[in-house]
Amino acid sequence: MSQPIIEIQNLSFAYNSQKVLKDVSLTIKQGEFLALIGPNGGGKTTLLKLILGLLNADKGTIRVFGHPPRKASHRIGYVPQDVHVNKDFPVTAMDVVLMGRRTSGKGRARHSKEDRGAARNALETVGMGDFIYRRIGRLSGGQRQRVFIARALATDPDVLLLDEPTASIDPQGQSDFYTLLKDLNETVTVVLVSHDLMILTSYVRSVACVNQQVHYHEEAEMTEEMLTMYACPVELVAHGIPHRVLRKH
Amino acid sequence: MIEALQFEFMRNALLAGLLASIVCGIIGTLIVVNRIVFLSGGIAHAAYGGIGIAFFFGWPHMVGTIGFSLIIAMIMAVITIKTRHRADTIIGVLWAVGMALGVILLDLTPGYNVDLMSYLFGSILSVPDSDLILMATICVLVFLTVFYYYHDLLAMSYDEEFAQLRGVPVKFLYFLLIGMTALSIVMIIRVVGLILVIALLTIPPFIAEKFSKSLFQMMGVSTALCAIFSVAGLWLSYVFNLTSGASIIMVAAAGFFMSFIIERLILIRTSKKESHVPSV
Repeated sequence: MSQPIIEIQNLSFAYNSQKVLKDVSLTIKQGEFLALIGPNGGGKTTLLKLILGLLNADKGTIRVFGHPPRKASHRIGYVPQDVHVNKDFPVTAMDVVLMGRRTSGKGRARHSKEDRGAARNALETVGMGDFIYRRIGRLSGGQRQRVFIARALATDPDVLLLDEPTASIDPQGQSDFYTLLKDLNETVTVVLVSHDLMILTSYVRSVACVNQQVHYHEEAEMTEEMLTMYACPVELVAHGIPHRVLRKH
Repeated sequence: MIEALQFEFMRNALLAGLLASIVCGIIGTLIVVNRIVFLSGGIAHAAYGGIGIAFFFGWPHMVGTIGFSLIIAMIMAVITIKTRHRADTIIGVLWAVGMALGVILLDLTPGYNVDLMSYLFGSILSVPDSDLILMATICVLVFLTVFYYYHDLLAMSYDEEFAQLRGVPVKFLYFLLIGMTALSIVMIIRVVGLILVIALLTIPPFIAEKFSKSLFQMMGVSTALCAIFSVAGLWLSYVFNLTSGASIIMVAAAGFFMSFIIERLILIRTSKKESHVPSV
């Protein structure tokens, strides 16, 4: 249960000369439901991309399932932040989700019946079963986000990395979505970037605050020290029952 | 049109147009969805430098042009990957320099030279059989390559980062795509000219994109549109005695504007239909 699956040690990263992450160490264990929070530009998305191997660390090491990130990226289901790119692209929801079924070295291979079944299941899981053959640009932002989540699920991941996944989903959809994540969390490790702490607190098991450095907290609560040190945009954090409310800092 | 076909040059022109349509439909679709129209324009213009080099050094024409365009294309590909935010500027520079190099080298070469007009507008009415065979070969190559990598190309074109995570060789595919683009452009320019290549690479895919549900469909519709525009343009140029390349482009342009009107009409119809359904 608590085997470390993502291990980050003394990681530093800069865009050109601008430091984004400085000497970050973080261990994510199997079965965790971790929220990454922090101010804009604090390096949350950068941290995800480093874990995925889309960016290379300047210093320090990252191990994902004991391998360098690039070797392990196929075991991670990734939901990117921007779901509005390529809206005019001639592609259906089904085709997008099928992209999650690609594996390396498949080259020309067509999608098998099994792939199509898995894609259909993933779309039904996120409540998009009625829009399977709808063109991606004709879906609303929230619907498109669900398709992207379905695409991540279709990869049959061991870890889900989600970058602000509820940004364009309405409140009802959000709580459905978090319930879904909670169910998935029984078999899959979940890491998500969010600003949405009000809802998160009922689901998340641990929190890490990212602002150049990373401060990890085993439980879904936050010390005052964390808030002041890392300038997290947090007004309220609660955990367990009864809920604890922290003052605005 | 039928009586026009008794002339061999008209038959060849028609065949050249149809072959160019297949290549442009497939490659044009990939160019449009990958947003590398400007880069393709850059390759097409810079290729003129290759012609200059070939003439100046007395090399075989095709070797100089293809070699030079492939080098320029690969430089542009590297630049777009390394410095994405300034890529368009550097492409603009290479575009101009390639063209100027061609003009100057041709100035310095004594004797008969290719004139710029035929490079720009081609000479679809004087296509020799050897060029038709060359174009047919390119057609088959492009078709097979795209068929083989279709799903990987689709994944890369839609979401490069995600494709990379899934192990799709995106860098290789990007270079492959740009290499294919350069090769196709150079071959087709010989036949129909630079301006027509750019028109056929962009206008039909742009129209097709609105009405297609998949990349594959978009390629098919683009090819069909290319063919319709080419045939109609050739016919008009025959009947009214106009420059054939320019006529084809004007027909394509008419199709381009009509597609907006048709899209509007479809939008109005669907929104009417949807407004009849009681809102939930």
